[in-house]
This record gives sequence, structure tokens and C-alpha cells, in this order.
Amino acid sequence: MKWKMLIIWLLLFVVGVLAGRFLFKSKPVSTIRTPVKLYEDSGGDTTDLKVVDMAQVGFQGAIIEVRDGDKIQDAVKKANPGDLIRVYPGSYSETVYIDKDDISLQGIIIGGEWPTLNGKKELNDGFLYSGNGMIIENFKIINYKGNGIMGQAGNNFVIRNNWVVDAGVYGIFPEFGKNGLVEHNVLSGIEDAAIYVGMCDNIDVLHNETYESVAGIEIENSRHCLVENNYTHNNTGGLLVFITPGLPIKTCFDIIVRNNFVVDNNHENFGAPGSIVSGIPPGTGILVMAADDVTLEGNIITGNNNAGITITDLTMVTNVATDPESEPNPDRLVILDNFMSNNGNEPVGELKVLMAAQMQSKGPDILHIGGGTGGCILDKSKYRTFGLGDYGQCQVRTSAAVKSYMLDKPVPPRDISAEEKGKLTYYGVCSGCHAYDIRMIGPPTRDLQAMYSNNPQGIVDYITDPVHRRESYPEMPPQNYLSEETRMAVAKYMLTVEK
Amino acid sequence: MITILAITTIAISPVVQSNSDQIILASHCPPGFELTDDNICECRNLYQQYESLRGSGVGGLKSALPDIRDGFSPQQIDLGRYLFFDPVLSGDGSLACSSCHDPDYGFSDGKGRAVGMDGSTLKRGAPSLWNVGFLRSLFWDARASTLEEQMQGPLYSEVEMGTTPERLTATLNNIPTYRRLFAQAFPSIGDGIRLEDVHTAIVAFESSLISLNSRYDHYAHGYESALTQNEIQGLNIFRSFVARCAECHTPPLFTNQQVAVLGTPEPDGLPLDKGAQETFEDPRFRGGFKVPGLRNVARTAPYMHSGTFETLKETVAFYNGGRGHAIPAGEDLLLHWHIWEPDLSDQELDRLVDFLGTLTDEAFMPQVPKILPSGLKPGSARNKNG
Repeated sequence: MKWKMLIIWLLLFVVGVLAGRFLFKSKPVSTIRTPVKLYEDSGGDTTDLKVVDMAQVGFQGAIIEVRDGDKIQDAVKKANPGDLIRVYPGSYSETVYIDKDDISLQGIIIGGEWPTLNGKKELNDGFLYSGNGMIIENFKIINYKGNGIMGQAGNNFVIRNNWVVDAGVYGIFPEFGKNGLVEHNVLSGIEDAAIYVGMCDNIDVLHNETYESVAGIEIENSRHCLVENNYTHNNTGGLLVFITPGLPIKTCFDIIVRNNFVVDNNHENFGAPGSIVSGIPPGTGILVMAADDVTLEGNIITGNNNAGITITDLTMVTNVATDPESEPNPDRLVILDNFMSNNGNEPVGELKVLMAAQMQSKGPDILHIGGGTGGCILDKSKYRTFGLGDYGQCQVRTSAAVKSYMLDKPVPPRDISAEEKGKLTYYGVCSGCHAYDIRMIGPPTRDLQAMYSNNPQGIVDYITDPVHRRESYPEMPPQNYLSEETRMAVAKYMLTVEK
Repeated sequence: MITILAITTIAISPVVQSNSDQIILASHCPPGFELTDDNICECRNLYQQYESLRGSGVGGLKSALPDIRDGFSPQQIDLGRYLFFDPVLSGDGSLACSSCHDPDYGFSDGKGRAVGMDGSTLKRGAPSLWNVGFLRSLFWDARASTLEEQMQGPLYSEVEMGTTPERLTATLNNIPTYRRLFAQAFPSIGDGIRLEDVHTAIVAFESSLISLNSRYDHYAHGYESALTQNEIQGLNIFRSFVARCAECHTPPLFTNQQVAVLGTPEPDGLPLDKGAQETFEDPRFRGGFKVPGLRNVARTAPYMHSGTFETLKETVAFYNGGRGHAIPAGEDLLLHWHIWEPDLSDQELDRLVDFLGTLTDEAFMPQVPKILPSGLKPGSARNKNG
């Protein structure tokens, strides 16, 4: 009996491995991948490797493995769009930068051993990316000076299951991205926001734990975000939804903060002098500043010693210049059913003074100070509130209809034909030296058309490695920095130019 | 009395008229622009392959630019080029736009603070004009939002070009070649040259100054070998959250067009420049200046609004010197939150300078006209007031 079971298991294993190879090694095709639920395996060289429906999600890339002693950056250099880089347990002391699209970086955790990016308090950031379709998962990131994971642009990203400890200023920091998922990360010891979503659209922040940081989760100048099922505790401020003035994207609206545990956020504020979060009073559970259409529902908000929920306009930020283009008031706030208890035990600063004037020593569960109109609340009488006199009774009872703010399909790259690309290259690059019928630095395009009639490949060959042919013109610099595809597109376009 | 009259009311007469009737306006667009069937030049560049979040024109390596001011005819752009270089635009015929925005100095002038009429030193430096057509915030103190609005500052300032709208139109209308060229560039107008067309032509030319094909751009579009290891390291420091340069000098233009209070020192003995405090009538902006773009920055020393720093190394070192270290005693500025103590090593500062050098691209340099309709010599930073 035992033997039979073993044989069956072995067979299953072999079939699995073969199937895996088949799926992984097939011909590379460029495809747009769905950013969610790509890899569900637990990783590692174990028999329980579970490859869920790889064919269905269209994984066609190569797998590049990185082991202790290797550099992750070398794998990134080798990788092409669509590839998966798997990083085995070990200590990696580097800043990994990814300026390509559709690269997945996946840590393999074996027997509790993590692949660990260690900045040793010498390096600036752990991961820096600018490409679309990034996946970064299963890394332990420690001891950086800047950010753990930092994205500058890049749509369709997934950042999950990372364990970030004292990674510097921000833990996870996507900026200028659309359609992203930040889930199942655990972060602590961050001197600004552990998870920061800045100037982004359509982001889900789910199932994360943040603690012992100045801000647990911060949604700033972003729209269409769902912050759900997170546990944020023992930070200075648990969960912030902000407009920060002076940023190039000015608005923050349509944010759902739902079913989070926002507990005991009473940590001493250790934010850098001058940073916006350095002004947050310890004991802040949820803070909504200037953002519009924010829904707070189903959160468990307890033990935050200043106030459970603070809603305020931009006058609260006294350490940043105003912005004539930022609308400063939090409008149309929707406070649905939340569990609140034991908040406001030790109000500080302005709030303490405010409450003292009311002959109260405790801070409220919910506080609204400053401007803002159109707010509503369900069962206001359940809570200790202050400044909610204008709030009406909400007409809606739940935001449950919104399951996710991520897009059904990844944001597609701008659809650009080869002809269009050729045209952009011709005018963006070639026109510096070539005009249609006049002599500039190089020969007129019309002359080149005669020379290379029906021969775009001839142009491609020449611009890749020019030879000096005409004494009357200066030598042409090689254009090999353009991709082969672009060189062909521009060669073809050049032959069609008519003026 | 007669002299005063001559200075204040009489238009400048051209010094030499010879040859200027040879001038023919270009019928092709400058580099970087496609000529449409409607005789309009439209900007084309590789960043048009990309999008940017909410059309903001800021982001990462492969993000779209902000919208550009384009849509001018080749003739308007070329006419603008003549006007730009022609000192006849100034009150005394000594200064052209190009006297402070000289192509040989990255369309700045190589000086810490610009020099106006009669050799007087102005308050601030002349900013580079490369890619200015993409900007919606102009002047160091962000007080203009269009190029038309902007140019009327220096043109009609008594200490800068020192002319008046009346005098400018009178002067140009006195020059037959300009009358001929304006009629060609603005066919619908009647006989006289109109002030608004003068402004339009200069905007047309300024918006044509495109620099988007540097080695950095090659890297951004996907050619990894475009940058050396040192330069890539510099790029990574530049965009890191320790140095935080890219938070305000955001690609692809390397400016987010916001105002930031840095607390940079003024040159010797000068009082603090209030900057954008005056624009917004808000003390929180005291000492605040618009974040400048960094393309061709290696060509535009010295740096900062009043040219305090001679080199890029000194400039990047300023940000490493500690929050508020150069604020004059008694001043309490609301410094930008990204000004902090990054504690970069000297080597890291060198790498930043290496990276900034990759933003140089002057392949689309326009030609300085050989002959001007006024017969004057084209203005340049060297022969200014000379």
C-alpha cells in the first residue's frame, strides 16, 4: 500500500515537472499578461510545487534562476519582457533596477529561509522599477536608506508577500502607476509610510500588516483605490488618505477603506523633520485630509489615543506651502458601519485644547475639523463624534458592490503601428540632419529615397553601422541605440516621406 | 529734450538695410516637427509612444510628455527665429532675446544673473529655453503660464529689453523686410505688423527648441548600453528616495513644474529673493522657485535662480548640506519636504553629476541667422551691449 502511494506520488511529480517544463519553455511570444494571480505556487524544490493554470494566464517567458552569491541585477539584465526571475534564499546586497516591461521577480522561500535584500544601511533603495507589468513577490527587504520597493511609473504591477523591515523612508512606494495590487506584505520600522500609494489610479491594497512605522498605509493624490483587510497597528498614524499640496497630480478621490483593523496606533512620531507625516499626532487611527468621496466601512478602529477617525482640510498641514490648484476640503465623506471603541484616551496638541474647551478630556471616535461638505454617516449616535454637525444620514448602507478597483484588463500599452513608430523616429531623430528636399547636415531624404528605393534593409544596415561615403557630408553617427524593429520601421517610413 | 524724445518715442532705425531682402522664410518645419497638409508643424518624438497618468506628462522613463505648444506654420517659426535673434526688438537696439538665451550657452547666457540694458545686473538668471514649449509654468517665480505672457516680461521691462508695445510695432513696421516677412507668415493680416503676431512668431520659434534625444533618452527607450555603469548608478541615485531628485525633477522633462522652497544661498551680499511669495501673495512660498527642467543642464552653468553655484558638483552638494543650512539668519522658510539630509557620499555626488551629463542633446540646434531684417548683428551673450 505504502509503495503504491509512493509510486503514484512519484508519477505525479514527474508529470508535474514535465508539464511545468513544457509550459515554461515554450517559444517566447510577446503577450500582455494579466497582473493578478499569476503564480500561486509556494515555491522551492519541493514536491508540492503547484503550478496553477500557467497556460491559461499565458506565461511564455523564460525562467532565470538566481542563487546566493549571484546578483539579481545580472538576471534582470538577461531578462526579456515576459520572463520570470526566481531568487533563491540568500543575502543579496544590491539595488535592483528594472527598466523593462513585464518582468517578474519571485523570491523562493525554502524552509523559512527567505531571499533577503540587505541594504546594510549603505544602499539607497531595494527595488527600483519603471517598467509596466512588474511583479515583485516573496522578498525580505531590510536595512535600506531610501525605499524598499520603489516604482516610478509602471502600470499593472503586483507587489505581494514581501517582508520589509526598516527599509528606510518608505517601504513599498508605487508612484505614477495605474492598475496595481499591493497585498500580503508585512512591513515595520519605516520612517514615513510603510505602504505608500502616490499619484496612482486603480490600486488595491489588501491583506497587509504594517506596524511600528510613522504611517501604516498612505494613499496620496490617488484615485479609485480599495484599501481592505489590512492590519495596521502601533504606528503613529494607522491609515491616511491625503491630498498633499505641491504635487503635479492634484486630486485624491473615490477611495474605499474597508474591513481594516486600525488598532493602537500610538507610536511616537519619528518622521524626518520637515516631512508631512512628522506633523501627525501619535494616536491617529484613520486620517482623511482634503480627499473627496472617501468611504470608511467595516473597519475595526480601537485603541488609537488621539482620535479614531480624523477628517480635516489642508489647513492642518502647517509645514507645507499651499497649492492654489489643490482643492483643500474633504467633501462627500461616507462613514458607514465601523466598530470603534477605546479611542481618544490621551488626545494631544490642538485636539486636547479643543476637547478641553468642551469640558472633555478624551478625544472622539470621529473628528471633523475644518472645511468639507456633503458628508454622511450611518448611526452617528453610536460613536463619540465631534464636528459632524453637518453630516446627513447615508443613503447607502454598504460599498460591497465594489469588489476591486483594479481594471478588468491590464492597461494596454499605447497602440502604435510600425508606421507610426517609423514616423515618430523619423521626425524625432532623423529630422535633425535630414529634411525632404533641402540639404541640412546630411543629404536630403529625397536623395536617399532614390538611393534606397525598395530597399529599407539597406537603410537599416547603413544607419546601424554607417560608412563615410560622401566627402561633402560629415560622417553619420550610428543609430544602433534604436531597436532593430524601430530601425526597420523608420527605414520604411523614410522611403514614404513626401515633404 | 530732443534726445529724450528720440529715446522714448522714435522707433529705432535699422543700421544697414542691405542684403535683408534676400531673406526667405523656410517652408519646411524645424527638426522634430512634421509638416501637415494644412502647412502646420506638429511635434513628433519617441515619447509619443507612451502614456502618462492622467495626461500629467510626468512619470518614469517611458512616460509621455505634457502637451506642447505646436501648430505654427514653418513661416511663423522661421520668422520667430529672426525676431528672436534681432536686437532691434529692444528699446535701444542693444539686446535680443538671444543675448540672454544664447544657443551657445544652452539658451541661457553663462551668467549667474542676467545682464539687462545698460549693463545692469538683474535679480535672477536667464533660464534655458530647451523644451520650453512643454512648460505651463514660466519664470523662476512661476508668474506666467503662457509663453506670450512670459515674453512680455523681458520685452517691456525697463531694465531688460526696455521697449514698449507701441515702439516695438513702430520699429518693425519701419523695416520693409519685416513687413514682407510678416505678410508671408500671417497672410490674413492687412498692411501693418500687429503686436500679437510678433508675440506669436516668437512663441512659435521658442516652442520649436526640442531636446529629447540624449543618451539618457536612448536608455529610456530601451538601449541599455547608452549609459555607462557610473551613469546608471547616477540615474539610480537621482531617482532613489535618498537623493529624491526625480521627485521634483521628474522625467521625461525633468521638472514637475511645481514651486519648491529650497533655501539656496544668494550670491555675496544679496538679500534673500522672495521668489514665488510675490506671485502667490503667500508667505509660505517665500524663497520658492519653479523647479527647472534639467535637459542640457551641463551646458547652462552657473546654477540656481541667481547662479550661486558654478558647477553641477557644487549644486548637487547643496542638497546634501543639511536641511536649511544656507538660510540667512532671521529667515524662517517653509522648506520643501524633500529637502532633508540624504547623507550621500562624495562619490555618489560625482555619480549624480555623471548622470546629469547624459541629458545633453543639442542635435536640433537652430541656425543663428546670418543676416537679420534690421541689418543688426544677431544678439549673443558675448557681444551683449557691445
